[in-house]
This record gives sequence, C-alpha cells and structure tokens, in this order.
Amino acid sequence: MKPEEIRVCVMRVGGTNCDAETERAFRELGVQAETRHLNELVKRKNLMDYHVLVFPGGFSYGDYVRAGVIFARRLYAKLGKELRAFVEDNRPILGICNGFQVLVEEGLLPGFEPMSAYPEASLAANIPQGYNCRWVYLKHESKGNCIFTSRIPQGKVLRIPVAHSEGRFLFPKEQEQQLLERLYEEDLLVFRYCDEHGNYAEGRYPTNPNGSFHDIAGICNSQGTIFGLMPHPERALYWWQQPDWTRQTQMPQYADGKLVFDGLLDYLAKKH
Amino acid sequence: MTLSSLYLRTNTSFHMHEITTQKATDQQLQELSSELGLGLNLQEMKQIQAYFKTKKRNPTDVELQVLGQTWSEHCCHKTFKGKIKIDSKEINSLFKTYISKVTKELNPKWCISVFEDNAGIISFDKGYGIAAKVETHNHPSAVEPFGGAATGVGGVIRDVLGVWADPIACTDVLGFGPLDYDYTKLPAGVKHPKYVYMGVTAGIGAYGNNMGIPTVNGAIYFDESYTGNVVVYCGCIGLLPLKKYKKNAKAGHLLILAGGKTGRDGIHGVTFASAELTEKSEEVSRPAVQIADPIEEEKVKRAIIEIRDRELASAITDMGGGGMSSAIGETAERYGCGATVDLDKVPLKYAGLAPWEIYVSESQERMLIAVPLENLEKVVAIFEKEDVEATAIGTLTKEKQLQLRFDGVTVVKMDMQFLFKSLESTKTATYETTNLQEPTLPEPTNLTETLLQLLAAPNIASKESVVRTYDHEVKGNTALKPLHGEHAGPNNAAVIKPLDNSWKGIAISCGINPNYGKIDPYWMAASAIDEAIRNNVAVGGRRIALLDNFVWGNPEKPERLGSLVKACEACYDYASAFKAPFISGKDSLYNESPLGPVTPTLLITAVGIVPDIRSTVSMDLKTPGNLLYLVGNTYPEIGGSEYYKLHGYLGNSVPKVRAAQAKKNFKVITKAIDAGLVKACHDLSEGGLAVAAAEMTLAGGYGAELDLKKIPGEALKRDDFALFAESNSRFLVEVAEKDRQAFEVLTKWKGCSAIGKVSKNQRLLINGLRGSVVVDATLADVRASWKRTLSSEV
Repeated sequence: MKPEEIRVCVMRVGGTNCDAETERAFRELGVQAETRHLNELVKRKNLMDYHVLVFPGGFSYGDYVRAGVIFARRLYAKLGKELRAFVEDNRPILGICNGFQVLVEEGLLPGFEPMSAYPEASLAANIPQGYNCRWVYLKHESKGNCIFTSRIPQGKVLRIPVAHSEGRFLFPKEQEQQLLERLYEEDLLVFRYCDEHGNYAEGRYPTNPNGSFHDIAGICNSQGTIFGLMPHPERALYWWQQPDWTRQTQMPQYADGKLVFDGLLDYLAKKH
Repeated sequence: MTLSSLYLRTNTSFHMHEITTQKATDQQLQELSSELGLGLNLQEMKQIQAYFKTKKRNPTDVELQVLGQTWSEHCCHKTFKGKIKIDSKEINSLFKTYISKVTKELNPKWCISVFEDNAGIISFDKGYGIAAKVETHNHPSAVEPFGGAATGVGGVIRDVLGVWADPIACTDVLGFGPLDYDYTKLPAGVKHPKYVYMGVTAGIGAYGNNMGIPTVNGAIYFDESYTGNVVVYCGCIGLLPLKKYKKNAKAGHLLILAGGKTGRDGIHGVTFASAELTEKSEEVSRPAVQIADPIEEEKVKRAIIEIRDRELASAITDMGGGGMSSAIGETAERYGCGATVDLDKVPLKYAGLAPWEIYVSESQERMLIAVPLENLEKVVAIFEKEDVEATAIGTLTKEKQLQLRFDGVTVVKMDMQFLFKSLESTKTATYETTNLQEPTLPEPTNLTETLLQLLAAPNIASKESVVRTYDHEVKGNTALKPLHGEHAGPNNAAVIKPLDNSWKGIAISCGINPNYGKIDPYWMAASAIDEAIRNNVAVGGRRIALLDNFVWGNPEKPERLGSLVKACEACYDYASAFKAPFISGKDSLYNESPLGPVTPTLLITAVGIVPDIRSTVSMDLKTPGNLLYLVGNTYPEIGGSEYYKLHGYLGNSVPKVRAAQAKKNFKVITKAIDAGLVKACHDLSEGGLAVAAAEMTLAGGYGAELDLKKIPGEALKRDDFALFAESNSRFLVEVAEKDRQAFEVLTKWKGCSAIGKVSKNQRLLINGLRGSVVVDATLADVRASWKRTLSSEV
C-alpha cells in the first residue's frame, strides 16, 4: 500500500485534545488522516473504511472515575462489534497517552486475552503524585514483534516527552513477575524509561517520570499490531519541538517520535 | 418601616418580588442595595427609583439584579472610565487619558480590534490574527483556591473564543503570601498561603491541561500583602482567520445559549469582585465561586470553531462576569438592538431557581451566540455532535428594550438606554511621594553566599515544581518552552509556532515588579513595561503589543487611587516611547482583606512576533570560550530589589527606565539576533547581573567568568551593587569569538561591553571592582540553591 492510500482515523470524544497534532503527524508522512468524533463513527458504522485507528491523548470524558475508562466502555457499548472486527483483521491500532489508557481499559493491551472483559493492567496515578510534563528517554525493547517500531534497532534510545498524571503501569501485585515474564516471552515490551545513555531508570524519578513498574512506558499485543505508550511521539515529530534545539548547530529534519509513525507505514507498505 | 415591608411577593407560579422603591427612604435604598447584594451606591439607587417612578410601577427583583450587575465596577469600570480629581486637575477617564490613548496615537495598521471586544486582536500571518486577553480571578481564588483559579482560566479562554479565536496558549501570573507565614497570625477568614498556593496552581493546571491548551508563560511572585488576597492573573492567546471575524448581528437573529447548564454557582460574582474581602467572605460569597468543567468547555470550543468556519452565526460573546445578564445586554447594546428572552427556556442544573438567579448566574462553560433563523438547525446539530446542549432562549429586537419573561410573565422590561446609561463617577485621588530612606547596609564579606541565598529567594527560585504540572507542549507547537533543556532554565519568553505552513512565531512574555510600587508606582509600571518588552526582545520578539492588568486596593480610598493614577501615567509614557500599543486590559480593584490592601500590582503581558522561529534565542550558555556582553547601563538602583529584601530592607533607589537608552538596547539585540550573532540571551531582572549569569550557567551546564570592572554604566563603588542592582533594559548576551567584530559594530556606544567569557569550568567566577574574586560558586551549588526552595511544595 502506498502512503497516500492509507486511511487513518484519529478517534476523539469530549476531552480528547491531542487529535490535531496526531493527525498532523500522519499527514506529514503523506497519509490520509482524519479526526472523527465517536458520535460520527457510531452513526456511520464505517470503522472498516480505515486501515489504522488511533486513540490520541487528552482527558476523554474528563478521565472521571479512571483515566480512559469511560471512553473504553462507551466504545465497547456503541462500536464494540466494529472494533472487534477491526482487531480480528489485525489492523493496526495506536494509543498515545490517554489513548494507551483507553486501550488498556478496553482489554486490548496487553491483550493476554483478546479484548479481555477486564483490564489486565492498569495505568495508575503517578508516583510522585501529580501531572508531569517533561522530556524523557526511552529504550527500545521490542525484538521485532511491534509493527510500529520494527524499524528501530533494539536497544536504541529515543527522546520523547510525557505529559500525564496517570501513567504508572501496573500489573496485579501477585502476578507481577509472572506477567512480566510473559511480556518478554511474547515480545510485548516496547519501551522502557531510561537515561540518555540507555541505563534503565530502575524506578528512579524523574528518569522514570511516573513510578511505572519495570520502567514500562509502552507495550504491544502479541500480534504486534496494537501499540500503546504514555509518551507523545506526535510532540517529537519536528526538530524544533525538541527541548534543546537552540543548542544544536545541526539538526535532523525530524525528531525521534517520527520513527513510530515510519514503522507503521513500512508495515502497511509491505502488507499489500 | 422595616425593610421587608418593601418586598411584595408577586402573584406568580415562580419566586419573584416587586420592590416598592418609591416609598423607600435614602437609608432604605442603601440597605436594599446591600441586602439584595446589588453593590450599588445611593446615587445609583436613586436613579433607579426615579426611573421606575416615570414608569409608574415598582421594579421587580429581577430588574434590580440586572441593574446591579450591569452597573457594577467589574462590568462597567466606573473607576477607569469615570472622573478623577487629583491635586488641582481633573482626569476624565484614566482609560482614555493614558491607556487607549497610546494605541490611538500610534494607530498601527496591525491592530485589528482593540479594547472593544472580549479580547484584543492583532494581525499575524497568512490571513490569521492573534487574539489576546488577560483576566484576574482574585476574590474567587481567595475563597476557593482551586475552583477560583480554574474558572479564571476557563473564563479567559472563553473571552478568546468570544472573538471567534481558537485558544492556542495560556499564561498565568500568580501572587501569594509567604509560604512560611505564621499560622497564628492569620486572621479569621484568611486561608494560609500554602493552601492557597497549592489550590491555585492545581486549578490553573487542571483547566489548561484538560482543555489541551498549553500553559506557556507566567510568573509566581510572593509578597506579604497577598496573604489575605491572592492575585491570580490568567491569560489566553488565540488564533483566528481574520475573514471569519463576524460581527453582523441584527434584529430578528436568535440568541442561543450553549454549553453548561445554569445553576446557583457564581451568583453575584461581579458584585463580589467589586467589594473588599472580609471575614465573612467565605460564608457569604462561596456561592459566588463557580464550578469548573473544562471538558464541557473543550466541547463547546470544538463546536464554536466549526460554526465560525462555516460562518453560521452573526455574533458571539462569552458568559463571564454577570452571566447571561452581561452577555445578552452587551450583545444587544453593541448591535443597536433590544432583546427578548424567555428565562424558562434556560436549561437548569436543578429546579427552583428564581428568574433573577437564572439571569445573573455565572455558571461556567456557557457561550451566547446570535444566529439567523435559517441557520438554527445547522448550529444546533453541530453542538449536538459534540454532546453540547444549545438552546434558543430569545431574540434580538428592533425595539431598544430588554424584555425578560418567565412562564409568559414579563419579569423585566427596561429601556436599553437606561440600562446602559453612562454612570457619572467622580473620585478623589491623592498622591504623596514616599520618603523612604536608603538603608546603610555594610557590604557582605561573602558575596558567593549572598548569591546562593538570592537564588533560593522565593521570587527568584526555580518554579519548576509548578511549571511541570502544566502541560506546556500540548498541540505540539511550543518552539521555545518555559523550562529550557535538561536543567529547566527559565526562558525569557515562550515562542509558539501556530501555523504549519509558516515559520512565523508568537513570543509571549510578561513583566511584573510589585516591590518597586512600594517606593513609586510610576517606576513600577515603567519597569513592568520594560521587563515585558525586554523578555520578548531577548528571544527574538518584535512588533510588540501590550496588555495591562491592574490589581489595586479600594479606589474609594484617595491614596490608593492616587497610586493608580501614577501607574497609568507611566503606562502612557513608556508604551508611547516604546511604540508598543495596548490592545486589551482589565482592572481589578477592591483587593483588600482584613490584612489590608494588596500592594499595587501591574502585570504587563507582551505579545510579539518572531519572524522566523528558527532564529529564536534561548537563555542557556552554549559554548565555552564564547564572549559574554552586558548590554545596557547599570546604575546604583537597589531600591525594591531582591537584594535589599534579603536583608529586610526596601530602600528608595528604585530602578528607573531611560527610554532612549532602552530603545537602543532593544534594537541592538534584535539586530544581533537577526544577524545570527546571539548564541544566548537573558534579561536582567530580580537579582540583577549575578542571578542572570547564574541562571545562564545552570541551564547551559557551562561556567562563566565575569569582570565587574567592565560593567557599563555609572561608576559603581560596591561589588554587591554591581552584582545585584536591578537597573532596567539590560541583557547578558553570549557571542562567539568569531562574531566579536560584527557584534561590536552594532554596539558602538558606551552602554555595552564584553564583561567575560563562557568557561568549561563548572564554576561561576566573578571578579570584583578591586580585581579580586568576589563570587566563586560551583554549578552544582548554584543549581541546588536555585531548585531547593520550591522543590516540593506541590
């Protein structure tokens, strides 16, 4: 598939607020991307018109109760059948920040049980507590399973910003080790927080900005087609979005976040 | 006769009274005003009495409330627009004489709409304009810090929406009492500064973050006088395609109320804002504080932008202070119409509101738009898609009358002419120059220690712990961030790149110097203007527009008003000198509490243009070996400085602004940036040269060596003064050795010289006037001191 044939749907509801820059990132790569309200998609029942579904950042429905949960439940109730078909067709789904929270609440990530009725993990309130907006370093962990990052060498360090107050990835305490092993076995672990040299944060703040278990910043499902991450690749697209571009004499045209979108395009290009 | 005998319960299915004002004595009129929470004075009450006498009927409580709201200080700015007697002269409107006059005289082509709409509008690029507005929300934040601050942000965002602009950035400048204030000294009804600080900063962050608007610029200032009356300035910058700036409502167009439902929250907000805070404010005014729902506003925003783009509406305004009353009255007035409104159509949060409550409620997240009948369905459908309620509640009418009905009963019928009559107000002001003494402060022996203490002073210390709780990157357009790089250096201004197809940027900065006002409000205002502009210039901003926001004490007290007049004089003098027009502004008066008035505080916000964001300059040192130039003269101006404050003094030698020199400095910086000669640039403000240099080193991760003997300006005799004087209009600039000549060609006058170098050493080394080292601090110490004070307050 050529980039211009790819159709991306950036789905929004009340309180979604990173849709414009997410859509922009796809357009920058020459892909057809459009932002659609859940209400419109429910009316049109045309989810399968799209090749990629993206849940952008924001505070969907105010993130009342728990971040992402209302969006996830509403999506399930109003568009569950279409979504299931989309997932079963292995079409890529990306969730950024609030979108990651939605995918976890929807039971799509980590997806041990496909579309599990209960969330299998949680993105809990940050430790230290509160909203935190900063640039972090991420180490790429995937051995090739995640289609979004298949282009990125394993072990590469990326710099991308986070901005959230509920991003602490957790498993149920009693299954923590066992599920972590599964993440490794099935190659579901995509990004971990680290320092600029690639040393894992080991829970240390602010290298790990939210207290995530095992410094987990992003994971994918076993097919590698559904990917969620707390950091915002769409805010690290252009060189001038980087925090220290004024220090550099030579800047690449793009920042690290673009790699995530590139990987997706590569995958789709090979697909047909 | 008791007051209650003046109330006549009407024979209606809903709750309403007529007030028999004709029979009321002067004293009763005053009592009525206070009992109904109208906030009107006797003269105004008598005008109402006379008006209804000619109408041969009693006013309803709804009518009195409408008048109380429309005539409040908050809504019609009696002080700024009225007459003021000072010394032997009479000023006819501070606003016209000092503020709008600058813009009128300069009359720049790029000012599209100033002082007449919800926000000022200036041109930008590719057919787009920038909308800008700054508001205060002090009293609500004093009573309920989180809600007050959050709704302050929500309100100013709606102001920007109220000129059809898409909000793209927020600013916040906050003033608190000292965080270590002694609990036992707090009077009843005053909340501890720490509680207020935590609530307010959380409220600001919550609203902006939830709406997805980056909070990019601001300041936090601590002063004893803000203990009883917190200062909360909220600003918003928006972007609009200028050809969609529609203002063509006419009689027959429908009035649509869109957004949140109406409840009892925010009743009498405007009258509350126009009175002093008292021990009872908590109890009496809690209902005046609105409840914030940023998600509702986010949805409203989406719909408004779509309606704008499809050109379906003819007028728009937000519901802020005064609620529907203000929005409907002002819309009708602006388009030369009257209005008829059915209050029973207003969607309510819960049943039981009296008509007057519905009309003056300041429930949040509501907008009013005027729509031609043929577009009604389309407009309602757009709101529906966003899950927003929108209801046609009335019509603009040819008849210049405000008519409100409830269940078919007319509850208000007043002539627009009476409602919007110009209110005569004459106030008396006095001003006496303070006769403060310069302290005899012996020069400290360890100036390194003094510098580290200053870096830890609350007004200088890093605000990172707060700034990180604000999303300053959402929308992905923040090219220069409030915190710079790994060590979070404090950038002078934020730069936003709002258009995908243009490299042009918007530079947003501010200036505020409350401490100088204790010595001289004139120089405080001049300094704030200079600071806002130089912060903007330092990153590459130009073509600067200003916003003025006054926070003062009770203007009925002549000396408070006198200092306001002085500050206004400076606004005119320096905005004129710098050719920077005012495009919007707001005054918040009556900022008094049981602890006294706030110190007169003027916030100047500057909005500049960066022609190409690729040449934006940050404040962190870049390369060892580069030269450091000090641009601008240093004078022994220590009055009101953080240095004196550290030693418990105020002093008298307040920094002045020398317009001719300042302009030269600004021009040099702009030229040097355009020529690509500036590697780093930082403005000198609180803490003077030493603090600016320390901030540049800690942000850049390189040391610096400076020589005080080379500082341009009056010969200074003391190292401490050379280090910490806060003279205005100065910049510390990093220039590569190879560009020395090119830079010096630009700066061939006495007000600029190379005073040192960037060094590889992780030390800030400063040689004193007598040649010996007076400051020698490691970067680690500098960073630790600067980050310590507010590291864990939030």
